[in-house]
Amino acid sequence: MPGRPISTADVAGNDAAETPLPVDDARGTRRTRLRFAHVTQRIEVSTAGDPEGARVVRAAGLVGVDGLRECRVARVYQVASDVDAGDIERLCREVLVDPVVATHHVGAPRPPIGRAVEVAPMPGVTDGEARELERAAAQIGLPPITVSTAWRYDLIGDLDDDEVALLTRRLLANDTIERSAEGELEPSFTLDADGRAGEGPRVDTIAVRGLTDDELLALSRKRILSLDVAEMRVIQAHFGAEGRDPTDAELETLAQTWSEHCVHKTFRARIELTHTAADGTVSVSDHDGLLPALREVTDQLDPWWLRSAFVDDAGIIAFDDRFDLAFKVETHNHPSALEPFGGANTGVGGVVRDILGVSARPIACTDVLCFGPADLPDSDLPDGVLHPRRIRDGVVAGIGDYGNKLGLPTVNGSVVYHEGYIGNPLVYCGALGLLPRDSHPTVAGIGDRVVSIGGRVGRDGIHGATFSSAGMDASTVDTVGSAVQIGDPITEKGCVEVVERARDARLYTAITDCGAGGFSSAVGEMGEDLGVEIDLAVVPLKYPGLQPWEIWLSEAQERIVMAVPPDRLAALRTLCDDWDVELTDLGVFTGDRRLVVRHGATPVVDMPMAFLHDGLPRREMVAAWDDPAPGAVDTNPDATPSMSDRLLLRLLAHPDVASNEDIVRRFDHEVRGGTVVRPFVGPQADGPSDAAVLKPLGTEHNQLAVVLSNGICPRVGIHDPWAMALLAMDEAVRNLVAVGGDPDRVAVLDNFCWGDPTKPDRLGGLVRAVQGCTEGARRYAMPFISGKDSLFNEFDGTAIPGTLLISAVGLVPDLHTAIDSAGMRPGDDIWLVGEGTAALGGSLVDAVLGLRATTVPTPIDDPLPRYRAIHGAIVAGMVTAAHDVSDGGLAVAIAEMAIGARTGVMATVPPDGLDPFRALTNEAPGRIVLTASPTDRGPLEDRLRGHGRRIGEVMADQRIVIRVPDAPTDAEGLDRLRATIIDLSIAEAVAAFTGGAR
Amino acid sequence: MSAPPILVPHASGTNRDGEAAQAIRLAGGDPRIVHVNELRDGRVRIADHAAMLLPGGFSYGDALGAGGRLALELRTWFADDLDVMVAAGKPVLGICNGFQVLVKAGLLPGPAHMPRRLTLTENERGRFECRWVTLRVEADVRSGWLATIGDSVIRCPVAHGEGRVVADEDTLARLVAGSLVAFRYQDAGASPGDDPSPARGVYPANPNGSADDIAGICDAAGTVVGLMPHPEDHVFTWQRPSGPEGASGLPLFDAFVRAAR
Repeated sequence: MPGRPISTADVAGNDAAETPLPVDDARGTRRTRLRFAHVTQRIEVSTAGDPEGARVVRAAGLVGVDGLRECRVARVYQVASDVDAGDIERLCREVLVDPVVATHHVGAPRPPIGRAVEVAPMPGVTDGEARELERAAAQIGLPPITVSTAWRYDLIGDLDDDEVALLTRRLLANDTIERSAEGELEPSFTLDADGRAGEGPRVDTIAVRGLTDDELLALSRKRILSLDVAEMRVIQAHFGAEGRDPTDAELETLAQTWSEHCVHKTFRARIELTHTAADGTVSVSDHDGLLPALREVTDQLDPWWLRSAFVDDAGIIAFDDRFDLAFKVETHNHPSALEPFGGANTGVGGVVRDILGVSARPIACTDVLCFGPADLPDSDLPDGVLHPRRIRDGVVAGIGDYGNKLGLPTVNGSVVYHEGYIGNPLVYCGALGLLPRDSHPTVAGIGDRVVSIGGRVGRDGIHGATFSSAGMDASTVDTVGSAVQIGDPITEKGCVEVVERARDARLYTAITDCGAGGFSSAVGEMGEDLGVEIDLAVVPLKYPGLQPWEIWLSEAQERIVMAVPPDRLAALRTLCDDWDVELTDLGVFTGDRRLVVRHGATPVVDMPMAFLHDGLPRREMVAAWDDPAPGAVDTNPDATPSMSDRLLLRLLAHPDVASNEDIVRRFDHEVRGGTVVRPFVGPQADGPSDAAVLKPLGTEHNQLAVVLSNGICPRVGIHDPWAMALLAMDEAVRNLVAVGGDPDRVAVLDNFCWGDPTKPDRLGGLVRAVQGCTEGARRYAMPFISGKDSLFNEFDGTAIPGTLLISAVGLVPDLHTAIDSAGMRPGDDIWLVGEGTAALGGSLVDAVLGLRATTVPTPIDDPLPRYRAIHGAIVAGMVTAAHDVSDGGLAVAIAEMAIGARTGVMATVPPDGLDPFRALTNEAPGRIVLTASPTDRGPLEDRLRGHGRRIGEVMADQRIVIRVPDAPTDAEGLDRLRATIIDLSIAEAVAAFTGGAR
Repeated sequence: MSAPPILVPHASGTNRDGEAAQAIRLAGGDPRIVHVNELRDGRVRIADHAAMLLPGGFSYGDALGAGGRLALELRTWFADDLDVMVAAGKPVLGICNGFQVLVKAGLLPGPAHMPRRLTLTENERGRFECRWVTLRVEADVRSGWLATIGDSVIRCPVAHGEGRVVADEDTLARLVAGSLVAFRYQDAGASPGDDPSPARGVYPANPNGSADDIAGICDAAGTVVGLMPHPEDHVFTWQRPSGPEGASGLPLFDAFVRAAR
């Protein structure tokens, strides 16, 4: 009976249940925890003016429940122990209750005020507070206690049963990881996930020999293996030749190792693409692997500062002659759709472990988020989907919780809202790391120990890798709920401290993170060349009852696997003890090139590494892409609305443009003291920043700084994925250049989030996007150093817009030359680099006004000269502010600078043959607005070498004035008057910009 | 003069120890980041240090209330050592989580204020928030070492979810009367040239809703000081966002290290 709460009544008189269970706690002291005690005592703690209650009331209105007047929140602790009432009082006084703001109540639940709902984590879900209370009790000298926590909400107001149920479902509890009920919940002590304690390890044999294709496929589906019939046949043949059937663990290991998530089947497949141009021309091309194509261009570029690309958990480039930088961006989409807090939480944790997996100290985080519209009417919400607002709030809280607690500044990101993400949000989590040059060991030796450090193993996250390799529908929660977890950032923080010190003391010879697939992937990959033998019986568990295959597959978070020479194991153990990190010696690198897993004496897995890693048949796939026909607005230049103050305010208030302060201020962007250019700029710290500049702690020996930026334009990709790739790369580069980054020292990561690649139209777009990436890498001389593909992003058979995130990492040669978008002063000249385009396909104004343009801006053939010119001017100290032109176009960019700086602007925009509407709203690539002192006018003109034009002046007043001359005529004065398109106050612009997101 | 050894305790979840150590070093001190486990088993002695800085972070994940678990450890393991340190006049500085720990361990506002009637609890807006703030070091602050930079202004970030000072009227009146208020949040003004004025409880100048704009306090002996904001994150000019010149956090660490000599 999985998930059944266990009450004390259930175990009364059960002798086995009272057996003390020794538990090694992380403090290194051995203690005994009672499995079930005689008495459970309930404590309720309430805090006066708890802001959580007010939050629930506010949110109730948003889900259409207006009768909730007040919500009182209490924390419930169920303490199972032999302690007496005096001990419980002491526990409350010394540990649980802040005497200034909180009150407590011991005993039966306080009578409800209104409707009382309780919410508690399901058995097996991380409950850090319960564990800390158990430790605290020991610290004040109490006998061992076991704790189960819950939240109690007293909903006060005029509510019927349906409304209470609605509030519970929509606001209070997530039934993926929590249970809830009106009235008191029985406590559930997470000792035994489903009452299977006491059984010995059980290894099942799964019959595959003799199965038909249909039966093989049915087996794949039943066990959530996500393997196709060709792959199942290979497994069948392998075990047929061995004369036996696989064990459950062997089959699961193959499914994990061969999953899309782990082995990138689609990105390694041979693909035939049929491309139909808008004019009907059909061309067919063969693609010998998407990943090899990305690697090939990096190999060709091969700049001297490239340290490592595509071979490890993260890409690595040089910082200076002493340090390197590691950068990686991951996605955690499906978990975030089901449990936004936990999904995003563990997304950050996972990508930070990727950085640890290359021996680097994590120093910063990034996040790019794609959600459905926050104002989506409830009636448009599909079954089985959380509202975009709830997903957003949970994801933001989850990112903040993990990044803040790890002490990492979250410095760069963006948020995109689009209907296409309603059923399937995207959560991109990135991390940057710093490591001494050549300090990352990668060669394990025969006889080295296989060592795991960090968190304990539970049933959490089983099937995460295969889960992310399939689409979702309303039943997903029921079938793969266990794939979602809550993170424990403090345990991961311990791993961060230990890995850095272990690296410096050279205590390990190889290292990898334990991510999707758990030990099966981490150990399987690490042991590929040598072979390993593992004993699962020594693995510390969160609770008993896990079968060997579950221990082997569990994706319990916060674990790192290392290869440790036997003579250094003691030193590593001491280090781990000092930092409260649990270490487990799992086994040995054998040299026989076999994967051998036991649970004590019971054999679990015995397979040749060669079959595991090379047995997967290469896929042959078919792709098709049709360019869209031009829309009316594309072919008729006069079919455009007019630009106005009102439209500009609408664009500024659009959630993709408007201030994200409500989100971003919940992330610590200052910790580690290295933030040079932060997410908000200007005197009121509310202007948007183009990119983040960081000076890593410990590199004070020079003035070099790191810059992080990103580019993402899924609206373009709907029409032209090839152009999307190039335009996203341009956005990343121009953001980076705008803060002072060197365009000749940029490396990028690709992150493809796509639909089901077995459908030719989805795959066609993906192939076109990869073609755009390889072309862009050449044009920008910018290597891809790592990447990630997340496929099967579909809900109920509808794919998300194919979305490519480009994340860039580069260098600022001298941190004192870094600039932002709000540094200008009245009297400065305003300059524009780049030209506009008539193409409005994929633009924000197209989305806002529903223009249905399909022709997207043309990528730039030779972008580097202009970026080098701008960079030279910034390094020379001539540029006072710079801002890239992206979502919303030029008028938005100019207005954002005025908002940030709180200074007026007067600009006359060259029409370049465009009507004023297009001139001010198009999103052509390659454009940056600069400001500079008039005294630098001549030198700057020389520097920009024809790439830039002077278009206006920064004013001392508080108005944004933008003109577009219809055509330069001799009656200049008259035309200028007629041509004033925008004239509004900064206060109006600020109101739109800061009000739009709330 | 040799650099005084300054203890920077690290518990699981501590995370601003690196910058704190950097600030101490810039001020001429010798920071020693030591895990509490090493203090507990006696490998490192608190008594061998001239001062202590409890840094920011989320000790033990802030489970059971920010700083509460580490405060409990200080009380159960190191109460005597800390009493000796304070009695000897060695300066103790707690920043953010360190401040929360000192308050919850009863070291701030100090023994005369037990049972505890002041706390740091959830921000008024109910969420973690990161932004730069302006602080005034109170001119009449009781702490002798801090008074050496009294009536000055520091700009630096806050980054916390539980930084709101809550106390009853009587306790607040005693803090003010005893000159135990060390730092108050200020309104920096609309333009870079403006003089700071009291925040008067108005968000975001007062970022968390603290009573009487209190950002930090000291004990009656004047050796123990705590504050929520992070002066250790403003010790270089390039760390400062656009805004008024100066107002570095470094003078605070200069004063702290001087007092440790």
